[in-house]
Amino acid sequence: MNFTKAVVLGTVAAGALFAGKAMTARADEVVRIAYIDPMSGPFASTGRLGEQHFRFAIDRVNAAHAAGNRTFELVVMDNEVSPEKSLTMFRKAVDDGIHYITQGNGSSVAFALSDATAKNNRRDPDHAVLYLNYAAVDPALTNEKCNWWHFRFDADSDMKMKALADYIVASPNIHKVYVFNQDYSFGQSVEKAAIAMIGGKRPDLQIVGTERVPLGKVTDFTPYIAKMRAAGADAVVTGAWGTDLTLLVKAAADTGFPATFFTYYLGARETVQAVGMAGKGDAQISEWHENVDAPEIDRMAAEFKAKYNENFYYWRVVDMIDTLAAAMKKVDSSDPLKVGKALAGMKFQTPLGAEEIRADNHQLLQPMYVSILAPDMPHMFPGVPLGFKTIKRFDAEETRLPTTCAMKAPG
Amino acid sequence: MQEILLILLNGLVYGLLLFMLSSGLTLIVGMMGVLNFAHASFYMLGAYFAYTVSVGIGFWPALVIAPLLVGVLGVAVERYGLRAVHHHGKLAELLFTVGLAFVIGEVVPLVWGRTAVPYRVPAALDVPAFALGGIQYQAYRLFMMAVSVAIFAGLYAALARTRLGLVIRAALTHPEMVAMLGHNVPRVFTLVFGAGCALAGLAGVIGGNVFTTTPGMAESLGPIVFAVVIMGGLGSIPGALIASLVIGFIQTASVTLDAPLGTVLGRIGLPLDPHGALGQLTIAHAAPAVPYLLLVLMLALNPRGLMGARAD
Repeated sequence: MNFTKAVVLGTVAAGALFAGKAMTARADEVVRIAYIDPMSGPFASTGRLGEQHFRFAIDRVNAAHAAGNRTFELVVMDNEVSPEKSLTMFRKAVDDGIHYITQGNGSSVAFALSDATAKNNRRDPDHAVLYLNYAAVDPALTNEKCNWWHFRFDADSDMKMKALADYIVASPNIHKVYVFNQDYSFGQSVEKAAIAMIGGKRPDLQIVGTERVPLGKVTDFTPYIAKMRAAGADAVVTGAWGTDLTLLVKAAADTGFPATFFTYYLGARETVQAVGMAGKGDAQISEWHENVDAPEIDRMAAEFKAKYNENFYYWRVVDMIDTLAAAMKKVDSSDPLKVGKALAGMKFQTPLGAEEIRADNHQLLQPMYVSILAPDMPHMFPGVPLGFKTIKRFDAEETRLPTTCAMKAPG
Repeated sequence: MQEILLILLNGLVYGLLLFMLSSGLTLIVGMMGVLNFAHASFYMLGAYFAYTVSVGIGFWPALVIAPLLVGVLGVAVERYGLRAVHHHGKLAELLFTVGLAFVIGEVVPLVWGRTAVPYRVPAALDVPAFALGGIQYQAYRLFMMAVSVAIFAGLYAALARTRLGLVIRAALTHPEMVAMLGHNVPRVFTLVFGAGCALAGLAGVIGGNVFTTTPGMAESLGPIVFAVVIMGGLGSIPGALIASLVIGFIQTASVTLDAPLGTVLGRIGLPLDPHGALGQLTIAHAAPAVPYLLLVLMLALNPRGLMGARAD
């Protein structure tokens, strides 16, 4: 590090440390956001994709002066998806005077960070930290283990299941549902939610089987498909992802099994490319996809693609950074407590419709889309002539679920 | 009845695939005594080579070219790597192949990227061949089975019926004698290693498009291939075939059984609380663990495996 850089960094750090106490709008205030996600190891590509979206979202906010006289700056911290490493990075961020952290990959990491944020802010309110979660979807984070300083901008897995379940219950052609998952905490919670939200919701709708397989261990899914077929399933609900999902969907297509797969993670580009045409007609639940009619986001996606040569995926990262900027502008401060109070209960419009951050558990309510892979769409995947087509849109309000969260605003 | 037929057929398809994967390894382990941990990595390389070649000139040329490339690579590895560490004993050879597996595992994502490549089944074979109980069987699956059977027949005939096979088998037990008779034993080993790798590459060409070609494919198939080879008995081609089919049938059958483990074990006189955590587990749940259970049982009861010639 050369001398000027050290001086600049030192000044910024000192400024941010000071900022916690008394906040006055200064023309040159820099608000740093620590991005704590995998930058090395097997999930590095996911982490890097996220980083590109954050840089993109932050550049937009800075160019439009959306946060008033403040500019955002991203500080990338590698946690290798390890809760222990994440805590080290969290400590480093606090020591550096950073007041905003964001993370998304791995609910175990999210629990550790949420916990650390709560403890830190209780002990040292002057160095309070606000935790923006863009992708960790364990429902407990906004229910029994909720924390006032944690805000989630992705629908939790129960909300996604609710949307899928509502669609399935409202589809008169679906009578027999099979629930198929990977055998770990996420798969188990998807299975539980599916049984609770689909089973018995219509007299002629039943769950005909549940199955959990070890993560990444099964090579040939044909016997499982034979079982689903024998059970007469006409829909399969699955939280499976990656190679397991790919092989499952391919085995179904190869054996001519006509049931629709309702998935959480079919939309990942690598999954669609590996599945190929076998994925035709299968569904995913998401807060956005490329063929949603929203010209403003289309332009963003094109801009992103031109800049990073990657497909735009995390609309919610842009949504999150925009919302943060709006909250700061509203209270004219970057003090995490004030900003948090502004975010809680905030209602706003996005190109997709009305959204709201729940005051009772800090979960963002946003429109959700059930979409299927269909040919002849305006936007299709590279090498696979399929694109997502909306079959059902849910308003933000329709995704609201009861919460067990009992948290108190600080101060 | 139809259910049993389905299990048999699915088990046969899966078992023959396992055999295709493990035939090369059993050859190398049995004939050279090298526990090749990089075998599944050669399988992965076969799939990636096939993808690259098939993008350029199609699947059928790739079916020939990719295994040859992997075989040549195998020959080079044996000639310039394994042979050098051979003098340091079995442990050094084993560690060498472990290291090689890591190297291949790191190089592949650098060349082809970390995500799956779109390597597809050729269109001509991507059609249903027949259906049973509503389950269609793709023509490509039949092709896979045919290749697997051809590998078995070819290997068995080559080892048991040809002069070369005679020399290879003799070099295994009496290397000095074979050398005295004027045969170049190191070259025989190089040939065997290259052929074993080429077989792994062939399995990659044929399995890569059905089971997706990703940098993780070697890791996910490595353990099961070892289970097959050890169960079948090191170096025994018929043993590997039988072990593959047994694993294929048992695993497929257990997937379809939803009876809780506690009830089943209770029936054969083994007390296990049917309401406890383990007792509640269904057999289907435990299906993916079956090959490894068989492996441990086999090692405990008969370490030579089903038809193993060597026990070292």
